[in-house]
Amino acid sequence: MARKISYQQAINEALAQEMRRDPSVFIMGEDVAGGAGAPGENDAWGGVLGVTKGLYHQFPGRVLDTPLSELGYVGAAVGAATCGVRPVCELMFVDFAGCCLDQILNQAAKFRYMFGGKAATPLVIRTMVGAGLRAAAQHSQMLTSLWTHIPGLKVVCPSSPYDAKGLLIQAIRDNDPVIFCEHKLLYSMQGDVPEELYSIPFGEANFLRDGKDVTLVSYGRTVNTAMDAARSLAGRGIDCEVIDLRTTSPLDEDSILESVEKTGRLVVIDEANPRCSMATDISALVAQKAFGALKAPIEMVTAPHTPVPFSDALEDLYIPYAAKIENAVLKLIEWSKRS
Amino acid sequence: MSQIHTLTMPKWGLSMTEGRVDAWLKEPGQAINKGDEVLDVETDKISSSVEAPFSGVLRRQIARQDETLAVGALLGIVVEGDASEAEIDAVVEQFQAAFVPGAGAEEDLGPKPQKVELDGRVIRYFERGAGGIPLVLVHGFGGDLNNWLFNHPVLAAERRVIALDLPGHGESSKQLQRGDLDELSGVLLALLDHLDIAQAHLAGHSMGGAVSLNTARLAPQRVRSLSLIGSAGLGPEINGDYLQGFIEAGNRNALKAPLVQLFSNAELVNRQMLEDMLKYKRLEGVDDALRQLAATLFHAGRQQVDLRAVVQDARHPVLVIWGSHDAIIPAAHSQGLAAQVEILPGQAHMVQMEAAEQVNRLLLDFVQSH
Repeated sequence: MARKISYQQAINEALAQEMRRDPSVFIMGEDVAGGAGAPGENDAWGGVLGVTKGLYHQFPGRVLDTPLSELGYVGAAVGAATCGVRPVCELMFVDFAGCCLDQILNQAAKFRYMFGGKAATPLVIRTMVGAGLRAAAQHSQMLTSLWTHIPGLKVVCPSSPYDAKGLLIQAIRDNDPVIFCEHKLLYSMQGDVPEELYSIPFGEANFLRDGKDVTLVSYGRTVNTAMDAARSLAGRGIDCEVIDLRTTSPLDEDSILESVEKTGRLVVIDEANPRCSMATDISALVAQKAFGALKAPIEMVTAPHTPVPFSDALEDLYIPYAAKIENAVLKLIEWSKRS
Repeated sequence: MSQIHTLTMPKWGLSMTEGRVDAWLKEPGQAINKGDEVLDVETDKISSSVEAPFSGVLRRQIARQDETLAVGALLGIVVEGDASEAEIDAVVEQFQAAFVPGAGAEEDLGPKPQKVELDGRVIRYFERGAGGIPLVLVHGFGGDLNNWLFNHPVLAAERRVIALDLPGHGESSKQLQRGDLDELSGVLLALLDHLDIAQAHLAGHSMGGAVSLNTARLAPQRVRSLSLIGSAGLGPEINGDYLQGFIEAGNRNALKAPLVQLFSNAELVNRQMLEDMLKYKRLEGVDDALRQLAATLFHAGRQQVDLRAVVQDARHPVLVIWGSHDAIIPAAHSQGLAAQVEILPGQAHMVQMEAAEQVNRLLLDFVQSH
């Protein structure tokens, strides 16, 4: 049955249920057990924010702490996946991608292609993304578009506890490498999650709100910010449709286009830096395939092209916030009135 | 003597917290009878009409059109007998001063569905009301106990009414053994045993009608009467395209086309309904359960089980309700039955939701008299 649990608990539950269902699923990464495999609940911290807590004792031998070498253990996970098991490998912060990029970019993502379709790499890399934890420029980036750029990878970024569980189960069952991006500020978010197993297919956006005036497209945490903006705008008589991409690769182009064909106005909200981002990608898609439907220019609400600031005040301004989205929407409405 | 009644925002289903006033159907000064539709309200799940729980004259429309109000908020004032404007003002003022939206939301939920393990599987059921011979509501293929959300509270005003989730559905266990009517009837009878109910009125919708008929066949002494709504089991035809479309659909666009066929008003199939249905369909075991049931009961778009004899035996009083425009199971199956047959013009398969008021009245009168 559905009951309220947190985003973090939803991820933990998906891992536990899939490990119970499929003995080939295991977890590896830095501190995912916590305490280097020493016995005792006190030692098994379960990851830097406790997302894998409790799994070490439930699944002896299947939650592996690794040395602090992303190049080494991500490579080991890629290799293990090609040998028929299903590793869920944790890259603690996505900001550490540089340490292991070759294993993902040039190995995992390419195997199916390089071996004539005969190699499968059923690997999940769970990783924390996003700003807001006062963790400064090296632990706060939203590098989702970096992965989305690489063919051969699937990229997931859930915005709610329900989606986190269903998308992680789908990721584990998928036979290709999946980068599973968890926004650290969502870990405490509560939501209705069924106790049973369920999976959400990739490449299917979720319509959180139907509206006729403006389409708001986002993914991850800022989906919730977009919903806040939409609720506030509804009070002013502006009816926003809110689309959560759920996965940036594959991308549900049809849902975006279907919505813009209806509303004629698009605001893309992306916590990532704006150059070569999902925001620019979706804007290009709509400009190319739904140009005739547009009643106003496309607006993007993104982080600026800077590293994530250390200053609290600046960090708050850096992340897209509801008032900024509302202003972008109002600008489009005004534009249509003017012309 | 006069009485000033407050008409308030109803709570349709467990998740409803607020509703938007679509339109008033009665003018101030107009006389209304208990059960009349007074205004249309839309929620994130469905639109329906608010029925007057009392008779009198509509004296005030407090809620404005397009206004969104919390469950329990004041919609209007209905007066039986005479009351001065000042008296009404006082009641309104008192109500508004005391009303806190969402306050006591936990208690407002009132009775909650419960779960019980019967023969190794979990069955969810929802019990309301007390007294009388209990009435059990049995949903159809792919449905759940929420299919009765507009009926359950009204019917429970006069007796104990129980709605259940059949196995494979709602929040009951998803695994089926044989996936046939005997298995589903077995669960229904086990629930009656668990609730200590010797005999019940059964009301079934669609496949739930066939389950009810089959239960009456297996255990005639446990069934007081049968109310069959757009029921399966009464003829060979069934919309195979609908069944296949519903089973195969994995996203909202694919699901919309089959779901629209269930309703006379296609606009009822909104985003929330599609999302709720997808959430159900994604649960582990649901796909298998639906395919198994469809293969056993409705193979190749033909109903495999004929239970007309249960009606014709005339052992139980039978009420048959059908929407004339039912696109899933044809209303023609009601012909020639030894039963009280009520065809609701223009209505479709989900007639108990779309024409809740009429269906409730028919059900209340029928179970009352048997």
